Amino acid sequence: MSTRLANEGRLLNKGKALSFTFNGKNLRGYEGDTLASALLANDQMLMGRSFKYHRPRSVVASGAEEPNGLVNMGKGGRFEPNQRVTTTELFEGLIAASQNHWPSLEFDVGAINTHLSRFLPAGFYYKMFIHPRPLWKHVYEPFIRQSAGLGKAPKDRDADSYEHFHCHVDVLIVGGGIAGLAAAVAAGERGARVMLLEQTAHWGGRAVVDGAVIDGLPAEEWVEKTLQALEKMENVSLRSRCMGAGVYDHGYALAYERLTDHAPDTNSLRHRLWRIRAKQIVTATGAIERPLSFAGNDVPGVMLAAAVRDYVVNYGVSVGDRTVVVTNNDDAYRTAITLLEAGLAVPVIIDARTQAAGPLIDQARALGIRVETGKAIAKVKGGKRVTGVAICAQAGEGSVLEEVACDCVAMSGGWSPVVHLWSHCGGKLMWDADQVMFRPDPEKPPTGDKGQPFVSTAGIANGHLFTAEVVGDGWAAGRAAAKAAGHMKKGAQAPLGEDQEEGPISPVWLMPQGANYALRSKAWLDFQNDVKVSDVQLAAQEGFESVEHAKRYTTLGMATDQGKLSNINGLAVLAQSLNADIPNVGTTTFRPPYTPISLGAIGGAAANDLFQPVRKTPISDWSNDNGADNEPVGHWRRPYAYVRDGESVEDAVHREVRNTRENLGLLDASTLGKLIVKGPDAGKFLDMMYTNMMSTLPVGKCRYGLMCSENGFLMDDGVVARMSEDTWLCHTTTGGAEHIHAHMEDWLQCEWWDWQVYVANVTEQYAQIAVVGPNARKLLEKLGGMDVSAEVLPFMQWREGQIGGFDARVFRISFSGELSYEIAVPAGQGAAFWTTLMEAGEEFGIMPYGTETLHILRAEKGFIMIGDETDGTVIPQDLNLGWALSKKKEDYLGKRAHLRSHMADPHRWKLVGLETLDGSVLPDGAYAIADGTNENGQVNTQGRVTSTYYSANLERGIAMGLVRNGPDRMGEVIEFNKVDGTTVKAKIVDPVVYDKEGAKQNV
Amino acid sequence: MLILHCPYCGVDADETDLHAGGEAHLKRFGPDSGDEEFENYLFMRENPKGVHFERWRHAYGCGKWFLAARCTATLEVFGTYSAQTTEPPQDIKDAISAKRPGWAWGDLS
Amino acid sequence: MSDAVSALQGRVATGDVTIADAGLQGMITLRCDLSAKSLKAACKTMGLAIPERGQISRSGDKALCWMSPDELLMLVPYADVAGSLASVEQGMKGQHYLAENVSDARALIHIDGPFARDVIAKLAPVDLHPDSFKPGMVRRTHLGQIAAAFWMRDDGAFELICFRSVAAYAFDLLAASAKAGPVSDVRAS
Repeated sequence: MSTRLANEGRLLNKGKALSFTFNGKNLRGYEGDTLASALLANDQMLMGRSFKYHRPRSVVASGAEEPNGLVNMGKGGRFEPNQRVTTTELFEGLIAASQNHWPSLEFDVGAINTHLSRFLPAGFYYKMFIHPRPLWKHVYEPFIRQSAGLGKAPKDRDADSYEHFHCHVDVLIVGGGIAGLAAAVAAGERGARVMLLEQTAHWGGRAVVDGAVIDGLPAEEWVEKTLQALEKMENVSLRSRCMGAGVYDHGYALAYERLTDHAPDTNSLRHRLWRIRAKQIVTATGAIERPLSFAGNDVPGVMLAAAVRDYVVNYGVSVGDRTVVVTNNDDAYRTAITLLEAGLAVPVIIDARTQAAGPLIDQARALGIRVETGKAIAKVKGGKRVTGVAICAQAGEGSVLEEVACDCVAMSGGWSPVVHLWSHCGGKLMWDADQVMFRPDPEKPPTGDKGQPFVSTAGIANGHLFTAEVVGDGWAAGRAAAKAAGHMKKGAQAPLGEDQEEGPISPVWLMPQGANYALRSKAWLDFQNDVKVSDVQLAAQEGFESVEHAKRYTTLGMATDQGKLSNINGLAVLAQSLNADIPNVGTTTFRPPYTPISLGAIGGAAANDLFQPVRKTPISDWSNDNGADNEPVGHWRRPYAYVRDGESVEDAVHREVRNTRENLGLLDASTLGKLIVKGPDAGKFLDMMYTNMMSTLPVGKCRYGLMCSENGFLMDDGVVARMSEDTWLCHTTTGGAEHIHAHMEDWLQCEWWDWQVYVANVTEQYAQIAVVGPNARKLLEKLGGMDVSAEVLPFMQWREGQIGGFDARVFRISFSGELSYEIAVPAGQGAAFWTTLMEAGEEFGIMPYGTETLHILRAEKGFIMIGDETDGTVIPQDLNLGWALSKKKEDYLGKRAHLRSHMADPHRWKLVGLETLDGSVLPDGAYAIADGTNENGQVNTQGRVTSTYYSANLERGIAMGLVRNGPDRMGEVIEFNKVDGTTVKAKIVDPVVYDKEGAKQNV
Repeated sequence: MLILHCPYCGVDADETDLHAGGEAHLKRFGPDSGDEEFENYLFMRENPKGVHFERWRHAYGCGKWFLAARCTATLEVFGTYSAQTTEPPQDIKDAISAKRPGWAWGDLS
Repeated sequence: MSDAVSALQGRVATGDVTIADAGLQGMITLRCDLSAKSLKAACKTMGLAIPERGQISRSGDKALCWMSPDELLMLVPYADVAGSLASVEQGMKGQHYLAENVSDARALIHIDGPFARDVIAKLAPVDLHPDSFKPGMVRRTHLGQIAAAFWMRDDGAFELICFRSVAAYAFDLLAASAKAGPVSDVRAS
């Protein structure tokens, strides 16, 4: 059984016990434990089930590479699935539960899959679920959905808060092991702005566990001394619990800082996402130990050799009393020695190499440990827990020589440098056959904005396995990076590391090398996704020869650990199956983030009320206090209707429509874009921007204008007012303010840069209020100030003056067909002006109205709306707006495009009114059905609905639409489809259905 | 994520402050142009793996459009320059030639 | 005529770093050839010097911010806008320029406290290290999801402008950023 040792555990504070629960069971650990070490200390080996076969799973590693130890953690707003037990620091009250089993972790019905595994090989899903087709929807999909996914999805709103932080540094060093620390000192001494990241809570990496010696000091002391030196450097910033997540173009890097995961607190930030711009990046990210592929290597109790060592040294936890060590290199001997020194038994070291010699081997032998060379594990005995191993010759096919009882197997297949961050932005790898690893190719680094290399790598991540090389390499990398960033100050000498000699590793990709199918189909590569040696071999056999194809066919490396343990072993098996060299098969692509980061961190502050900016007009507060039912229009929230007590939204709309036609309505039109265009060439410029002529517009007058893109499509419309000889005010749609401003600047800066024109966006300088309805003039006259009579201020003119004591610009324009004034006042007085109008208008039956009423009123008049009648493929001619296309102008944006054959096609769909025979409201976007079907067997269409409303004035549905040859088909009845499969008949009519003569507006 | 130097305000701007505007040095064809010229102007674009000229707007900054000479394969930036020009200035062309001898783009080389 | 109100109507979020509405502020957008002698003269009569690229020049309660190669933002007391516009108009007569009152189109927010730099660095992709961003510099960029411009006063406080419609978003974002505290170095064990 796994248990707590009396005397070990360098990271533990045994003075502080912590209680936590696992699957409802109360357990205890110490401050300094990870959830993994605490579970093991409580003999909770079984931690979860694998994804496909529901095999029992325990931790196989002790760090970020862990594929198995994933739990649901927390509750309510802090619930989160797939939390890695090896990187979860224990805290008081932690709640964890295992995943992917039913009904319980100990007894899981899904484990039947493991007995069916012969029938569930790689590609099973693709082969099985394709036929018969109808079964997919009703049988397969529900089944797969039921079994898909690890852990449970959180149900509550995230209770925590997050933030981003932007920072710019000269040198970013990822990894706080001895290489990273040496690099930081070297770069710091040179005077560079340095940031050093360590993903765990502890500095020093493996060296402190393995007892390396640097500058004559034990690594632990050297690390402490170095940290103290770094803390004194003002130009160096140290961040622990902060993982380098990704490296991107031009020196951009993301780091994921877990501020309070180890001590949850509602008042503090949980995670911070660092958005770093670094001139140089040094990845000192260490290495990951590889598992060995032998039958039963997934049984709980089989663990990476270095992890077994970590649990003893760091956490004082023994995984088992009797540990068999199996290896192809010297490093695993350290585990055997550590275990023996901790008073535990190592019955045998199984070394696949035919020869093993050197100080570590000698030391193991001197301690009385039996070493068997040229041997392999044929098979691990046990189900939910290792009970023993069967030993065979590595060279053979698996004939068992003897069986050894044990409760832990420590395996080591060698070390793979963590090359992820090097590779994220294009760094290439080379195969080091001597050390049996991919490592960064220093000739092919990621390059930056000037073509310069901007990522270097140091230490074990660079393929250096010995202390002396690691610290020396780190130091050199730090110096070089600082220099590349322009910092040259002289520094002290590089630290010196000391090493024991080690013998060479021997590649072992399958154990034993001639393992039969029965063994190969129990030799796991990917522990989480249940991919075995036999699956990769099958993929190769079935033609999935590219490593990327084999990955997707088998799901190797596609689990939440992204193949940190499985990728190299898997591609070696693939290479062997293809009879190819490992470097020729290559690796799959390394993509950020290095390990999963929280969605909260990605969102940062953009959550809840700050999720998106909500734009407010000066009148928004009044509207929200007075029943506004808002709708989003871009980032604005515009009142759709002002709902009174006891009314539905629909009732409110009908009331507003009738009241505006009969009495007086008030609309907050502040969101409309307002662009000042000024200069000697402003008229010429606007003649290019608009399809109609703006240069001839007299001062004091207004003109409705259309804007097309160079493609000829309608992009915006609005009323243009001439302010003075050289100044125009262009109104845009609400959505157009920014992009039409940008559009104008684009043409001025990039095409006609010699034209003398300035544009300013003054949209938000003004509150603009539309006073609409038969009583509009009465209200303004009551407030007094300027003359707004029909004679002095006729339709389509504007004047500046005062209304009720407010400085105002009054535009006599109408988007409703009513007598209407749009009045602009400075935004700071907008709310006051609105209330003044509301109060003074009471006797005239004033009511505010929202956007739905605006839409209905304009639709009754056949006025188009950008975004309803247009969708980026509609030209003015389609909307019968040919009158607004100047014939006099030689050129304007869109003019040439309108000559193209499809634009000039007489059979384009054109705007008409649509009147349902039964008076109902047509569904928005419905298509008009035509005879026959197209090549895909779909019913042909001949038009579609673009605007459709219920008109309270006419007491029936009204609509506009685009119909093939529409204006020539007045009176014809066509059919529109409905979502429920039925159709509705509508007559083609004139789009203007209210006050055709315009009598109401011209008063 | 790119950083481009805005030649107008002198800021090394983060890509999130910029707005990409497609190919640079397009020659506008107006109402007198033929179908093919107009089609080329509207739709036909270079799609090189290598040296490319692009329009960028310092949208959240000074609001000015500028042009960038960039390698689409490595994202190396050879230089940024004023948008008020019909072809890249000589120093930009020289900078490209130094890094990518024999480069060609459209009619330029 | 009623009294004008600023978008934030005097909101203050007090803390180690305080976020505060600066109230009504006169602002004039000025677009013209920045090297024009008439501009220099017009500004001089108001006691203002044309700022260098990317800088702000101050004089008493007035300032000029460099916004782009052909744009300045003139800051004057709210009540002085009409007078200042008239001065500009007088000085620039006959030349191609644009001057518009944008006082009501924007909000001005003060960010004052020991880690004011951090508060902004959480939200904008700008190098705010003391070696890089110094008093007198103006930066136009984005703050969270909106356009903003800010500069640093000699006393280390920041002044930030954004559009009026998003003033509440900017204020809340800055306040949340300030409340979350400084980004100090943490070494753990």
